[in-house]
Amino acid sequence: MDYYPHTPDDIAQMQSVVGIASIDELFADIPQKFRLKSVLDIPAALSEQETIAAMSGIASKNKLPQLTLTGAGAYYHFIPAVVGHIVGRAEFYTAYTPYQAEISQGILQAIYEYQTMIAHLTGTEIANASMYDGASAMAEAAVLCAKMSNRTKIIVARSMHPEYRQVVNTYSWANGYTVVEIPYAPSGQIDLNALQNELDDQVAAVLVQSPNFFGVIEDIVPLTDAAHNKGALLVAGFTDGTSLGILQPAGASGADFVVGEGQSFGNPLNYGGPYLGIFAAREKFMRRIPGRLVGATVDKNGKRGFVLTLQTREQHIRREKATSNICSNEALCALAAGVYLAALGKNLRKLAELNIYKTQYLKNKLLQLKGWKEVFSAPVYNEFVLRCPDARLANEKLKNEGIIGGYELHKDYPELENALLFCATEMVSKDDMDKVVAILK
Amino acid sequence: MSKPNPTDRLYSRDHEWVKDNGDGTAIIGITDHAQEMLTDIVFVELPEIGKKVAKSDPVAAVESVKSVSDVYAPVGGEIIDVNKKLEESPELINQDAFGEGWIVKMRLADAGELKTLLSAADYEQLVKEEKH
Amino acid sequence: MELIFEISKPGRNAADVTASDVPAVNIEDAIGKKYLRTDLDLPEVAEVDLVRHYTNLSRRNFGVDLGFYPLGSCTMKYNPKVNENVAVLPGFTGLHPYADDESAQGNLQLMYEMQKYLSNIFGMAEFTLQPAAGAHGELTGIMMIKKYFEKKNEKRPLILIPDTAHGTNPASGALCGFETVTLRSNSEGGVDIDHLMSLMTKDVAGLMLTNPNTLGLFERNIEKVAQIVHGKGGLLYGDGANANAFLGKARPGDLGFDVIQLNLHKTFSTPHGGGGPGSGPVGVCAKLVNYLPVPRIIKTGHSYSWSGKFPDTIGRIRSFYGNFNVVVKAYTYIRSLGAEGLTHATEMAVLNANYIKEKLKPYFDLPYDRVCMHECVFSGKRQVAQNGVHTTDIAKRLIDFGYHPPTIYFPLIVPEAIMIEPTETESKETLDTFCDAMIAIANEAKENPQRVKDAPLTTPVSRLDEVLAARKPDVCWKRS
Repeated sequence: MDYYPHTPDDIAQMQSVVGIASIDELFADIPQKFRLKSVLDIPAALSEQETIAAMSGIASKNKLPQLTLTGAGAYYHFIPAVVGHIVGRAEFYTAYTPYQAEISQGILQAIYEYQTMIAHLTGTEIANASMYDGASAMAEAAVLCAKMSNRTKIIVARSMHPEYRQVVNTYSWANGYTVVEIPYAPSGQIDLNALQNELDDQVAAVLVQSPNFFGVIEDIVPLTDAAHNKGALLVAGFTDGTSLGILQPAGASGADFVVGEGQSFGNPLNYGGPYLGIFAAREKFMRRIPGRLVGATVDKNGKRGFVLTLQTREQHIRREKATSNICSNEALCALAAGVYLAALGKNLRKLAELNIYKTQYLKNKLLQLKGWKEVFSAPVYNEFVLRCPDARLANEKLKNEGIIGGYELHKDYPELENALLFCATEMVSKDDMDKVVAILK
Repeated sequence: MSKPNPTDRLYSRDHEWVKDNGDGTAIIGITDHAQEMLTDIVFVELPEIGKKVAKSDPVAAVESVKSVSDVYAPVGGEIIDVNKKLEESPELINQDAFGEGWIVKMRLADAGELKTLLSAADYEQLVKEEKH
Repeated sequence: MELIFEISKPGRNAADVTASDVPAVNIEDAIGKKYLRTDLDLPEVAEVDLVRHYTNLSRRNFGVDLGFYPLGSCTMKYNPKVNENVAVLPGFTGLHPYADDESAQGNLQLMYEMQKYLSNIFGMAEFTLQPAAGAHGELTGIMMIKKYFEKKNEKRPLILIPDTAHGTNPASGALCGFETVTLRSNSEGGVDIDHLMSLMTKDVAGLMLTNPNTLGLFERNIEKVAQIVHGKGGLLYGDGANANAFLGKARPGDLGFDVIQLNLHKTFSTPHGGGGPGSGPVGVCAKLVNYLPVPRIIKTGHSYSWSGKFPDTIGRIRSFYGNFNVVVKAYTYIRSLGAEGLTHATEMAVLNANYIKEKLKPYFDLPYDRVCMHECVFSGKRQVAQNGVHTTDIAKRLIDFGYHPPTIYFPLIVPEAIMIEPTETESKETLDTFCDAMIAIANEAKENPQRVKDAPLTTPVSRLDEVLAARKPDVCWKRS
């Protein structure tokens, strides 16, 4: 199947307008020696029917689990039907970036509404139109803090998602910054004393996550105070966005930036992407933050309308002096997030409560198993860490029943041998959890 | 048409003006011709008071919707005041580039540097040449 | 139109939450009061009102499915529906990124094969699918260049970027600590070879080149350019934003490019989604393979697995494995078209661009009058000089004729630039009526310039006050 509508007659007529005798003449600028002589070595064309068969065949090689008890940065949540119907409208998904505001009011207004919802949820004053994902949003925030302060040291909580830390390391290396990791306390929260010892006048930013990778809720206020005392900025992330439906957001506890993964808001797991990076900040950073921003304004008749604004921050104007090189956002994922949040409204709190109920139930059930113990003492949202006699064996047993078990923390934390990170969202039923416990008995 | 360039001050090739207060300090802004080229100014990034700059260092940045232009220090010295009104009303530069739209006040490091600047007449000549 | 917040009414919602089948716990006891929020001010709307709100918003948005979208450098080709259908197969959408490799063999196979296809199409040794978008791919590519010289213990603080380049290029260089040096274009719109020779020293890590460049012109001296850069030990970076111009015709790897980034959302037909998600795979030559970001896919026998064990890697550049679901659509596209289909698509894309160039040449200034590749760049200089009508006016007037405007004011070296990229999916009839509209506007600029300056006249809002938006930014709605 192909998608070019040219008939042989069209081609002949167009060639004569262009003044060429053969299509080959159009490629005369490519030196002859580099001209590809053979056909590309990729499979032959398929009809639409064959394409669907081939793709279904590949998809069926994946084994979908009966049940997923892993979160660890990507969360299995129910997605209301309205979300798919709205993001499936071709007026949205076949559009480019809304550079021509007059014919892009739809996506512009939807993003403005998204920015408003995100700023409120995160307890900040402003949010951008989205970044690539939570991890790169975290790294971009770190780079921004360093650039604004002319400082070169970045402090990262070891309790932050390991992949986020790795991305922060990569971006920091590229910019010549030093990254220092702060251990976690027995509570599972960041070790405040260790943080205070490490803070000096070279620290640009302190990066934490709450809930952190262990599901543990951090106490943001003392972290903000500690950072600000040394002139550093506090960047607070989160794991599952639905936690913002019930937890005090870091922005309300004085964080300078709140960044994190927005996938939980109406975006499928999709084996890791596309997701969306949430990026929210205090108002004073508005002219410095990376990414696109939609602003409200009026047309020449005084009618309200929306435009991409403060574009002088961005690479297409400021070029090498731009804060970031980011161009694309994840507009369609942000649209999904906006629709999801508008659909739930105040029910987001109910949903968060339900996640807490399920989590507490699963945790208490598993703790009844012989040799299973809690690892951290601080409160959690919808993830928790348990140490068990044999984590690999436990997961193997669950896998045999089609269940993805807990995330094996020893992969990133050698000190957490046999510790599993479990997640229970609203998608996990009581029967499921009882079954899990029965399998592990 | 740009407003006439006042003769009570000096000019740089980068379209800044300098008004010598005669007490070792000077006021700096951009010319009316410069604001015309920049079109509607939407934001002015001001330096911190106390900052020391050398001649030709960027001292402020002036933004329109689609451009950012550095304002270069026509002479070296220390920033002793900034025009705070520009934070709320950057359009003052469009309206009154030689008056209300001033940008920074400096204590001059070397008053001799003033001699490197252009007179109003020389500056007008420069603008005319740029147009051709 | 009202905002979603303005149609909100306490007590409504458009999504319910299932009743709990486990005992409720006291939230304050479980979490602690100090960790709980006290407000939650999200919209409250009924499902029907929510659907109407967003559906009405969609009607104020223009996409490829509504009409011709000749936005230069953006390759707004038709997004095949079958791609969308297969991308939502539960096997592709439902898997957690930390599902074990054995359960994800379909996904891994698809990504592995996609890397192979891209390597073959572009003549590179290997590809990564990790970067989320073109600019992210650039950053990844430049990081690999940085790592390459770090490993060789060579200090090369500079990177060369032509004056025609997209703004992401210098920004990507700067984000890796390089100082950018601007390389001039010659009178034909290509690299100024003498200038390149004078700039290319042992302090220069490489040259970031877009080929065809942003004028839509193929770099005729590409062999010489590669020789000069490589001669001083530098690397040649290729911005593949314009890859739709040469599929099956030439391969960047053969031309001497050491690293290249693509945009699947341009060349390989995945929808742009109103600004994303994109996907920006990066291909490298053999000497850069060790620096690719992790994790990478390993094939052993017939099975695939992830591996992070590459000591020289630049590291991880995002979470998980890239915008996987976008890759599914691009892979579907490649399988549908096959080798000959991809080549033919390029031929038709280039024919379409040249056809528009010839038809509009008498009416608009054409700064570089030679065979173009997938796009052509005009200048609105004549209309400004004769009628005081600017390129932005022409663009806005096109909206009234039912078209999305071309890219305007880019590249920066062309005054009043109008950059038209038709893509291969547009018919001769579409191009003819578009050209008629452009010619009508050129005439209108002479006869009734004010009408052009007042455009658009048919949209829900007229031209918006961007100065106000930037002076008094309002990026979040506040309850008044």
